[in-house]
Amino acid sequence: MAGKPKLYYFDGRGKMESIRWLLAAAGVEFEEEFLETREQYEKLLKGGSLLFQQVPMVEIDGMKMVQTRAILSYIAAKHNLYGKDLKERALIDMYVGGTDDLMGFILMFPFLSAEDKEKQRAVIVQKATSRYFPAYEKVLKDHGQDFLVGNNFSWADVHLLEAILMVEEKKSDMLSGFPQLQAFKARISSIPTIKKFLEPGSQRKPVPDDKYVETVRRVLRMYYDIKAN
Amino acid sequence: MSGKPRLTYCNGRGRMEPVRWLLAAAGVEFEEIFLETKEQYQKLINDGVLLFQQVPLVEIDGMKMVQTRAILSYIAGKYNLYGKDLKERALIDMYVEGIADLMQMILMFPFSPPEAKEKNLDSIKERATNRYFPVFEKVLKQHGQDFLVGNKFSWADVQLMEAILAVEEKIPAVLSGFPQLQAFKVRMSNMPTIKKFLQPGSPRKPPPDEHYIETVLKIFK
Repeated sequence: MAGKPKLYYFDGRGKMESIRWLLAAAGVEFEEEFLETREQYEKLLKGGSLLFQQVPMVEIDGMKMVQTRAILSYIAAKHNLYGKDLKERALIDMYVGGTDDLMGFILMFPFLSAEDKEKQRAVIVQKATSRYFPAYEKVLKDHGQDFLVGNNFSWADVHLLEAILMVEEKKSDMLSGFPQLQAFKARISSIPTIKKFLEPGSQRKPVPDDKYVETVRRVLRMYYDIKAN
Repeated sequence: MSGKPRLTYCNGRGRMEPVRWLLAAAGVEFEEIFLETKEQYQKLINDGVLLFQQVPLVEIDGMKMVQTRAILSYIAGKYNLYGKDLKERALIDMYVEGIADLMQMILMFPFSPPEAKEKNLDSIKERATNRYFPVFEKVLKQHGQDFLVGNKFSWADVQLMEAILAVEEKIPAVLSGFPQLQAFKVRMSNMPTIKKFLQPGSPRKPPPDEHYIETVLKIFK
């Protein structure tokens, strides 16, 4: 019995990637089981492991947790990445809600048609530049501290770095015009656990490709067209 | 300055309704500002009160809170509706997130095109009866307690009650086959704060109608 959390998902980012980031940032080693076949998924279903018949699923501390947000909140609280009181937690929840919405625009990107991908890229850039990045830029500028909340490293910082890097993958100069975020990116990237996660050979997953899309569709029998939101 | 939480949203359910439910269930009085025009909304943005230019907005305890989940988590935490420890909180979070996925389908329903409505209604029925309600039926059956988590009233119970009523509005017989949920619904309806919220004249909003849809599209398009 390893005692390490075990992650059940596809071999790719999707909804599990934020969990990988947070565990890694907290310095927690974890195992992964990758869903490749429909049979594997049906076995999990029949075994009653998936509360709402869905992945992500994380076995942690005797629980079979599902629902990404629930899993992330549990990990954050357990590893002291959730602020020192209710009000700091409220701020962290707000900030994570924003980066979650932003990353949500990118989540279905690989499943879109080529034409929709171009439109969605423009949407991602527009939302990041005019709605999300300015909010975090202002937070950092206003308090002048290294971290988003309570002068302490938290889940919000991990999530924002993840979002920044994901958006930069779609357009590399996204942070021009956001000096606070540039400095933030450099600082958080150099935190030892995060630095390690950003190096080759870590459990961080690459940008999703067609093989990933194929696997998800096959395992979930999700063959309908995905439209951008 | 009343000290009461102040909710800013359209005059209808939408994403604010779970907040109204939770505050009401906790016995907390609140005020509401209703957005009727695009200008009102634009003024909020220009004044810098909407962190991500979006509503719901809840002014509470000196904070201008946005992001529905953040707001609900804060209220649950503050009013002891979030379990007694991390593991109970994890259960509550799992349950409310699942219910939120079901509620999302209902949220979007009025905005779907007429030709998609029947299909979407079928999806809601399918998910409710095959994915979500069986889970909570089983939870209640297995522990035999009155409440979903930790033998104590929590956010999860409020959220489930809201969802049951919302689905029943669309599919009246949806709880047949779920005796535990039927009993749960009765129990929740009799809790004093919830009973009050279910009476006419409470801040509870009616199902979305044409006027509500029109207002939302006008303001946010």
